[in-house]
Amino acid sequence: MTKKLIVIGAGMAAGRLLEHVTDNQPETWEITLFNAEKRGTYDRIMLSPVLAGDRTYPEIVTHDDAWYGERGITTRFGERVTNIDRAAQTVTGEDGVALPYDKLVIATGSKPFMIPLPGHDLEGVIAYRDLEDTERMMSLSPGQRAVVIGGGLLGLEAAAGMAARGVDVTVVHLMGHLMERQLDEAAGFLLRKSLIDKGISIRCSTNSKEILGENGQVRALRLDDGTELPCDLLVMAVGIRPSTALAKAAGLAVGKGIHVDDQMVTSDANVLAIGECVEHNGALFGLVAPLYDQAKVAAQTLAGQDAAFVQKELSTKLKVTGCDLFSAGDFQGGEESEDIVFRDPARGVYKRLVLRESRIIGAVMYGDTADSGWFFGLIRDKTDISEMRDTLIFGPAYQGGTSVDPMAAVAALPDEAEICGCNGVCKGQIVSAIEGGATDLGAVRSTTKASGSCGTCTGLVEQLLSVTLGADYAAPAAQPMCGCTDLTHEDVRRLIKSQELKSMPAVWQAAAFKTPDGCHVCRPALNYYLLSEWPQEYRDDPQSRFINERKHANIQKDGTFSVVPRMWGGITTSDELRAIADAADKYNVPTVKVTGGQRIDLLGVRGEDLPDIWADLGRAGLVSGHAYSKGLRTVKTCVGTDHCRFGTQDSTGLGIKLEKVLWGSWTPHKVKLAVSGCPRNCAEATCKDVGVVCVDSGYQVGVGGAAGMDVKETERLADVPTEQEAIDVTVAFIQLYRENAKYLDRPYKWIAKVGLDWVKARVVEDLAERQRLIDAFALSQSIYQKDPWAEHARDRAESFQPLASLHQEAAE
Amino acid sequence: MTTWIDIGPLDAIPLRGARKVTTAHGCVAVFRTAANEVFALDNACPHKAGPLAEGIVHNRAVTCPLHNWVISLESGEVLGSDEGQVATFPARVEAGRILLDAARLVARPSAA
Repeated sequence: MTKKLIVIGAGMAAGRLLEHVTDNQPETWEITLFNAEKRGTYDRIMLSPVLAGDRTYPEIVTHDDAWYGERGITTRFGERVTNIDRAAQTVTGEDGVALPYDKLVIATGSKPFMIPLPGHDLEGVIAYRDLEDTERMMSLSPGQRAVVIGGGLLGLEAAAGMAARGVDVTVVHLMGHLMERQLDEAAGFLLRKSLIDKGISIRCSTNSKEILGENGQVRALRLDDGTELPCDLLVMAVGIRPSTALAKAAGLAVGKGIHVDDQMVTSDANVLAIGECVEHNGALFGLVAPLYDQAKVAAQTLAGQDAAFVQKELSTKLKVTGCDLFSAGDFQGGEESEDIVFRDPARGVYKRLVLRESRIIGAVMYGDTADSGWFFGLIRDKTDISEMRDTLIFGPAYQGGTSVDPMAAVAALPDEAEICGCNGVCKGQIVSAIEGGATDLGAVRSTTKASGSCGTCTGLVEQLLSVTLGADYAAPAAQPMCGCTDLTHEDVRRLIKSQELKSMPAVWQAAAFKTPDGCHVCRPALNYYLLSEWPQEYRDDPQSRFINERKHANIQKDGTFSVVPRMWGGITTSDELRAIADAADKYNVPTVKVTGGQRIDLLGVRGEDLPDIWADLGRAGLVSGHAYSKGLRTVKTCVGTDHCRFGTQDSTGLGIKLEKVLWGSWTPHKVKLAVSGCPRNCAEATCKDVGVVCVDSGYQVGVGGAAGMDVKETERLADVPTEQEAIDVTVAFIQLYRENAKYLDRPYKWIAKVGLDWVKARVVEDLAERQRLIDAFALSQSIYQKDPWAEHARDRAESFQPLASLHQEAAE
Repeated sequence: MTTWIDIGPLDAIPLRGARKVTTAHGCVAVFRTAANEVFALDNACPHKAGPLAEGIVHNRAVTCPLHNWVISLESGEVLGSDEGQVATFPARVEAGRILLDAARLVARPSAA
C-alpha cells in the first residue's frame, strides 16, 4: 500500500531527501514534487564557479527531470503551490486541484533580502540566488560596470565572478571589513587586498542611499556621502530570509523560519520542513552541510525510524580562485579565550586559532588553508590540544607522535574532502588520478589541477601520493635540521619569525626538540637565525658557536690557532707589517703565510697566547680579519685607477669602502668579495659571493660565484653607474641573504633555491625594499660591528688560560 | 682513596662549556652541562687528539672541534658510528666549587 508524499521545493535539501526516500523505501511512497523554478535540482553553491566560467550549468545539475522520472516521482516544475489545507491534508497547485497527502515536506528555501532602497525595483537590480541571476551577470560584456551591495560570501563570489569576465566591479559593504561574519579584521584585510589585486574596487563602511535609474533601467548607485557609482547591473547580496509565507498561511508555527523539532517535524505531525526555510532551536541554516543532515533525518522520520538532527560546527570557504580562506566556529573569542596567531606577511598568510579551556573553538585562515580540514576536525570533536599547543598552528605536519601522523590524517580523510581549495578538487579525484597513472606531483597537477593554482595544498597532494602509492612514491625529501627535530631549517626559521622566538630554549620548546639542548649541528644554526632575526633582543651565545667563532681564530690540527689581521681591501702599510713581524717573533709563530684573500696568516699560535697577540696587534691599529667566521671574510682588490694603466675606476677604494661597511656582520656562511678595476679582472671578482667589475660606464655587480668545492661564475645582479649604488646593492644583497638563506648555504646555493629574479626584484627593482634591507643591515651592524679581538683581550683574557694547573699540587 | 682538590668556582666555566686543567701528565678538560653537572675527561679525542675542551657541549656529550666526533661525558665513550674511549676522572660540585680527584690525576699514566 503506497502513501502519498508531497514535497514543495526542489532545492538541494529536497533533492537529497528524495534520494534517501527512494533509495530506502522505494515502494512506500507515491511522490509529487512542486518547484517554483522551471527546473530540477542543481548545486546552488556551484553557481559561483559557473559565473566565473570554471563550470557550466549542466555540470552542476544534480537531479534533473530524467532522474526524478526514473524514480517514479511526479514533477510539477515551474508551478507554485497556492494553498495548504492541513485539516483536509491537501495541497493546491496553480491548476486549483487539491492534491491529497499523507505526509508533506516543505522545502521552500529562502529568498534573497532586497534592501528597500529607492529604485530597488528598477530593471537591472538583481539578487544572487538562482541560475537566472547568474545568467544575468554572465551577460555583461567586458568593460561594463557592476556594483555589488554586500561584502559577504555571496557578494564577493558574484564580484569575483564578474571581474573574471572583465566586468568593472565595485563592492559596497556596510561593515568595516569584508565577510565580517566569517572573518576577523586581519583576514578581512588580506582578502580585501587580494580582491583589489584582481581589479575589484572595495568600499567598506559605506552606506548606500539610492539606486538611480534612467528609462526604468538602473544607472548608478548613490552613496550617502553623495558619491555616485555608475553601473549597468546592481547585485544585492545582503542576506537571505527563509521563505515561510506558505507555511504561515497554513497556520504552522513560524518564527524567523518554520519551527521544526529534532525529527524535522513542524507543529503539525504530518508536515515536515527542511532546508533554509526552517528554524531549529533558534538557528537558521544557509550552508549545505546541515541541510543535507536535515534531509537525511527527515527521510528517516518518514520511514518511521528514530533520528535526530544535531547542529554541528560549520566551516566556510570562499570559492574565489586565489583567495584561500577558511573560517569555522567562534572566532570572536571572548573573555576566557586565548588566541594563537601566525602571520607571514610575505606570503600573505594569516592564521588564527581561538582556544578555550584547551580546545579550539574557532579558526580563521587566510592564504594557506591546507590544514583547515584538520583544524575543523579538532573543533568539531572538541579535541584537547594542550599536548600540541606550541606547534598547533603549524598544522598536523608538525605534531609529534603517532596519533597525529599527517599521513594517517590524510589517509583518514573522506573521499569528498576538499584538498585543493583553488580548483575545487577533492581527495577522491586526486586518488583516482594517482591510481590512473599520475604518479608524481606534476602529473597530478596536470590531470586534476590540484595544487596548480596557489600551491598551498602541495604538501597534502604529496601526502596523498605517498599514501596511495606507498613505497613506490619517492617524495622530494625535506631534510630535518638534525636529529634533534623533525623540522627543516626553513621550518625552524619560520617558527622563530612567526612565534617571535627570541631565545634558544624557546626554539627548542616550540620546535619540539627531542634533545634537551640541541647538538653541534643545530645550535650554531639556531644561534645565527636568532641573532639575525632579533639583533636587538637576542644575545649571541658563544657556547653555541664552533670554536673558531668562539675564540675568534682558526683551530689547527694540533689544537693551536691561526691569526689573520684585517687588511682593508688588501692594502697594508710598513708599520702594520712591522707589527705583524714583531708579533710573529714574540709568540714564536712557526708559519707566516699570505692567504688567497690578500691577507697575512700567522699559523701555530697557542690558545693561551691569543689575547696577548691580539693586544699587541691592536696597538698597531690591526683588528680581527674574521678569517674564522661565517661572516665577511675579505674584499680582494686590484690597484685600479691608482696605478694601473688599464683601470677604469677606483677598485681599491671601493673594496675598502665595502669592507668597512660589511665587516663584523654574521652571515649564514662565509662571504668573500672582490673588486676588479677593469674587465681583465685581476681580483678574480667573477668567482666570489659578490664580485664587482669596474667598467668605464660604472660597476657590474655579480653575485653567486664560487671557487671552492664547486666552481661557479657570478651572475649579473645589476649594472650601476655610481660607486654608492654599487655599495647599496651589495649591502642589500647581503642582508637579503642574511634574512633568507639556510645556515651554511653559500650565496650561490641560496640563489639556486630562490632564483636570481627573486633576488633582483628585491635588491635591484624594489627601491623601498632595497632601503629596508640597507636599514636592517645597519641596525644589526650597530650591535655586531665591533672588533672582537680588542674586546676579548680586554674583558675575557682570563678565559683563554687553563682553569687550574695541578703541577704544583702534584709536586707537593 | 679519593683526595678532592678545589680547582675553582663553577662559574668559571660557562654553561654548556669547558675549561682545561693542566697536569704533569697532560691536559684534562672539565665540562659544565646545562644542568650544572661537571665532568672531567682527557682533553684529547681518541680520533686525532682534538682538544675536547674547545668542543660544543650538548646534553651530556661534547663534539670534538676537529672532526665532529661525539663523546659521552659520562662514560668517555665515543657515540654514534665511530668507536673509541676517552679516560674520565671523578669530578663533582660542592658549594659552588669544582672538585677533582687529585689522587687519580697524579697517579694517571701519561697520555697515550
